[in-house]
Amino acid sequence: MMLALEMFRSVPRTVAGRAVGGRMPGILSGFAAPLRLMTIDEPKVDRPGWARLKTRLSGICGSDLGMLSGKTSLYFSAVVSLPFVPGHEVVAELLDDCEDLPAGTRVVVDPVLTCAARGVEPCEACVTGATNRCSRITVGHLSPGLQTGFCKDTGGGWGQQLTAHRSQLHPVPEGFSDEQAILIEPLACAVHTALRAGVVTNDRVLVSGAGSVGLFATLALRQLTDAGEIIVVAKHKHQKELAREFGATEVVAPGEVLRRVRRSTGAFQLQPEFSAPYLLGGVDVAVDAVGSKQSLETSLNATRAGGRVVLSGMPAAADLSAAWFRELEVVGTYASSQHEESFRIATELAATDAVQQLAKNVATYPLHRWREALDHAHSAGRLGTVKVAFDPRSTR
Amino acid sequence: MSRPGFVLDVDDRTPPLLVHEGLGFRLESFPLGTRVIYPPESLPAVPDVDQAIVDALLHPQDMDPLPELLFAGMKLTIAFDDISLPLPTMRPPDIRGRIIEHVLTMAADAGVDDVELIAANALHRRMTAAELKHIVGERVFRSFYPQGKLYNFDAEDRDNLSHLGTTDKGEDIEISKRAAESDLLIYVNVNLVAMDGGHKSVGIGLASYKSLRHHHNAKTMVQSRSFMDHKHSAMHHSAWRIGRVIKDTVKVFQIETTLNNDIFPKPYDFLQKREWEWSLKDQASMLAMKRGISIAPPKLKHKMFHDLRSVYGLTGVNAGEVEAVHTKTLEKVHQQHLVEVQGQSDVLVMGIPYVGPYNVNSSLNPILATCMGLGYYFNSYIGQPVVRKGGAVILYHPLNEGFNQLHHPSYVDFYEEVLAESTDPAVVGEKYEQQFAEDPWYKHLYRTSHAYHGVHPFYMWYWAAHAMDHVDEVIWVGADRKVAARLGFRAATTLADALEMASGTVGSSPSITYLHNPPHLLAHVK
Ligand SMILES: [Zn+2]
Ligand SMILES: [Zn+2]
Repeated sequence: MMLALEMFRSVPRTVAGRAVGGRMPGILSGFAAPLRLMTIDEPKVDRPGWARLKTRLSGICGSDLGMLSGKTSLYFSAVVSLPFVPGHEVVAELLDDCEDLPAGTRVVVDPVLTCAARGVEPCEACVTGATNRCSRITVGHLSPGLQTGFCKDTGGGWGQQLTAHRSQLHPVPEGFSDEQAILIEPLACAVHTALRAGVVTNDRVLVSGAGSVGLFATLALRQLTDAGEIIVVAKHKHQKELAREFGATEVVAPGEVLRRVRRSTGAFQLQPEFSAPYLLGGVDVAVDAVGSKQSLETSLNATRAGGRVVLSGMPAAADLSAAWFRELEVVGTYASSQHEESFRIATELAATDAVQQLAKNVATYPLHRWREALDHAHSAGRLGTVKVAFDPRSTR
Repeated sequence: MSRPGFVLDVDDRTPPLLVHEGLGFRLESFPLGTRVIYPPESLPAVPDVDQAIVDALLHPQDMDPLPELLFAGMKLTIAFDDISLPLPTMRPPDIRGRIIEHVLTMAADAGVDDVELIAANALHRRMTAAELKHIVGERVFRSFYPQGKLYNFDAEDRDNLSHLGTTDKGEDIEISKRAAESDLLIYVNVNLVAMDGGHKSVGIGLASYKSLRHHHNAKTMVQSRSFMDHKHSAMHHSAWRIGRVIKDTVKVFQIETTLNNDIFPKPYDFLQKREWEWSLKDQASMLAMKRGISIAPPKLKHKMFHDLRSVYGLTGVNAGEVEAVHTKTLEKVHQQHLVEVQGQSDVLVMGIPYVGPYNVNSSLNPILATCMGLGYYFNSYIGQPVVRKGGAVILYHPLNEGFNQLHHPSYVDFYEEVLAESTDPAVVGEKYEQQFAEDPWYKHLYRTSHAYHGVHPFYMWYWAAHAMDHVDEVIWVGADRKVAARLGFRAATTLADALEMASGTVGSSPSITYLHNPPHLLAHVK
């Protein structure tokens, strides 16, 4: 038996009918939370290529918070299987030998449950290595679930033990702290985002949001592309400092974005009736790293005609007029892709000074303090934290 | 004969003194011994304005009489000062309109039919039709405006600018093509303060950014001692160099007028009287106005002040060769404004009223308020500044009027973006001026809407550069703290607090001078 947090009912379903006004952190940790701390059986391993993992740390991601607070679209209800143990940002050690990896190896997990993990013939996407686009995420040996952390059978990082397939495992280099390693998965997503952004030399880029998604996207854009100016939208003081360290040329407050982009691109600004202003002209590429309606609309409104808007946060419904009228390319960026070697590149990024510094600031909680942990993650920006994680080994 | 300017030392019989602060004023009790400099009382007006105008046109300085300069088939251009002069706006008819009527009559008599009228607004906002009409008068407006022969200068209309070469110091001279190619360019000026007129009229009023950047910059502004004395102003030296080249290329017939100090009409004329001379009626008006202001919503307050029209009397009109005319003008302006002051003081106190050259019919935003205080008022001296080097300046203004989106769009960016990074005029000029000057959106708004040019807030900030360089402490009484801090200054609630804050710089019993304007005065500090 082991201790784990379990998501036991579909919040999208229960909350969809209810009018939830604004942000409700209480719903994450209050009595209505669809999460409970349980003693349950360890997930089983009875197939080749699979091994048991003992969780060392598991991060709390924006998508987890979205799922728990019922903000996530019902779209996702078909690609999860209840009840499940959340946690897809995982650093763990192998309890069994796993093909070439001996027991005791410290690994990070690529959470996407692809054809390889499911034991089915590889789909077209998996054949090319675009594993994040796998079309078989609901079939095969496993219950439906797009990722570890959303699947009934695999367990997730918010439990003391989980299982994973060899295709998901990446050994952690010597000398990395667990806190550093826990950042590799989100960094891998950022690598994918940066490559999806289609930046060409000297492009002006806007990154809307300076949480972990925005900061890591900034770092990846700076390290992996020839972007010129990178303008990052940050609310809080320490986020501004971090954004600069991670490669931002300019950091602006949410209310200043359009003004600053207009100025630095020489764009024209229009003020439609009863809605937000927008630009004719603007940045070449915008990355929405928040997913709120406001952030997404800002990204759309600040991008030049023919430019590209990258949906990096899980998006809310927004006014897409700009995408039509300004012929924007709106592209999604989900998880990371194996053929890009996102995890290898992410591991290199995790070794940089800036990320090492940030890793020292990762806040960890034992599972039984999950309410506090979720509240902290929800207010992380305000409280000066970039990443909050569970440490299921800890009891205090 | 009018009374000269007046310097008073506050003693225990001195009543509280009126201090302007934006759309309002307060009565302030100054510490004993405070030196108060009042503007001189109004000079008498010329008895017959039309006669004076005709006299000037027929008997110009160092030039032939105007009728002899006019001939059939010629290209005649009349340029005139824009809405930034005079302050406040003159009660109609505006003196410029009256002069233009006389000029046009003489031109018609000579058979001149190619005439254009250009408002010399440089990088200021385009005036509305109503504002143009106010300056030139109904008749001239109706005859020229519909045909497009009366218009605002457009410093971004590349096709209609002429590059006349450079000065021996390498300064570009680029002005209105129409003006440059005219057989005669007549400039009609209102000289409110000694800074205006002379070669500043054509050389600045009809010039583009390319030309203006040579003297409108922090370095030149810091070296101007003072702006009111063109012989000691680096900015004017540049304007004079430019003006002399223009004079060699274009025939300029300059007409300059001088006004007296009658700016507040009844019943607000108490605002320009000395407080201990207020009659019971003045006191009643003052109390009524103060009460009105205290309960009026901001919009109404704005209207109360901005609708006020001045009843200036004309004290002189001179025409002819630019420099000869300007010498005459300065004599009159100095006669009206100069107050002799013995020595500098540790602290200079100034109240910033509601209107400056760049917020006519608009709001006095914090940058314009700074320009008024540290630019224009601080620089109202000849000889040396009223406050000593390393002293303190205390200003009264709430710094709360916000930014007018129509008139001052680039100011918002300047405030939010540029001042957030640095308030040092040289630093911000170096890094941002050109970007703002060349921003296509600002250009568009300047050319087609009623916005000041993108670079204009920089110029406002440069005006204050000399003061910022000269004093160690700037404190705003009654100002929004956050705004003052953004500007790089401090805010205090009362004068006593401000003096306490300044005591680190000037000690606990500093010598204080209060510059009691408006109306305008020019301190001749010996
Ligand atoms: Zn995630
Ligand atoms: Zn697949």
